[in-house]
Amino acid sequence: MYGRKVKLRILFLVALISSIILTIFLILKSLEENVVYFLSPTEVKSLNELTQDKIRIGGMVKENSIDISSEKINFVITDFNNEINVMYSGLVPNLFQENKGVVAEGFLEDKNYFKAEKILAKHDENYMPPEIKEKLGEK
Amino acid sequence: MKFFNQNKILNLSFKSQKIILIFFLLILSIGLFEALVLSPEDYLQGDAVRIMYVHVPAAWMSLGIFSFIAFLSILVFIFKNKNFILIAKSIAPSGFIFNIIALVTGSIWGKPTWGTWWAWDARITSMLILALFYLMYLMAWRIFENKNYVLKVTSLIAIFGSINVPIVKFSVDWWSTLHQPASVNLISETTIHSSMLIPLCIMTAAFVLFSLLIFLMKYNTELIKIKNKGLDRL
Repeated sequence: MYGRKVKLRILFLVALISSIILTIFLILKSLEENVVYFLSPTEVKSLNELTQDKIRIGGMVKENSIDISSEKINFVITDFNNEINVMYSGLVPNLFQENKGVVAEGFLEDKNYFKAEKILAKHDENYMPPEIKEKLGEK
Repeated sequence: MKFFNQNKILNLSFKSQKIILIFFLLILSIGLFEALVLSPEDYLQGDAVRIMYVHVPAAWMSLGIFSFIAFLSILVFIFKNKNFILIAKSIAPSGFIFNIIALVTGSIWGKPTWGTWWAWDARITSMLILALFYLMYLMAWRIFENKNYVLKVTSLIAIFGSINVPIVKFSVDWWSTLHQPASVNLISETTIHSSMLIPLCIMTAAFVLFSLLIFLMKYNTELIKIKNKGLDRL
């Protein structure tokens, strides 16, 4: 049907693509902790030793946990299994709210306390007009 | 072997360009009016949500066009079909432009919502890699002059880069990223309200028409170039 050269080229491509996919898979697998943008509180708790490096922790801002005093903001990041207290002083993004996603960048003091240098708000995949949100809230 | 009659194609695509241009302008103005005026603001992001009507279609287009180029490149590499390579070459610039638009609008959206212009998370970084592959692809066409050589190099770049496409798509599911997961899903539930989904679809249609228009212009230029050289095909 097809010439020998065509078959050879198909074989070459299949070998090439599978080897690259495998290589990329292995690289990404071994770099997993660098590919993830943030750790969840549960992942932080399961760390074997306290890291001195700058890390990011992400999760939900726990309800009624935001405590603003003068320039300091304290709040709790939760993944509904574990929680971490975050201390921060500085500006927070507009979307920083209770029950919304957040990513804090900074250093671990211990496994329960995190000193943040930067706060990022994480937006979720839900898009809706305010009226719909109110209706959902009433339910 | 001659695949198509070029004079016929030239005539046809010159005529269709005008029609597509009119359709594009029409749908773009409807889409922009829907997106900027009629559609509601988001309960959380406010008016910043309107950036999404450009950002999301641009990102879709850049991924779609790259997949298409890769698909054509595989056929080119295996069957040495020289018409496909011209199609791939002509569609590439608009894919690159859409990729840049997606990155820039994403950055503009990120500042007021996330609080940062840029984050090295998996989605954004893989999108940047896609832009670099587009750049490599387009540059390879200018760098290599030997016809057989440029054919192999460009198609291999596209085939290499296509492995990045599923990584872009699924990065938000595989790893924790700052970028939110997909809102528009074919299999699972779409989490975007219909009043926002409709302008998004109209804008996507406008972008598709724009790509088609630019593609036809580029493709015509390529055909004329070949004709001027007195050749039947590349």
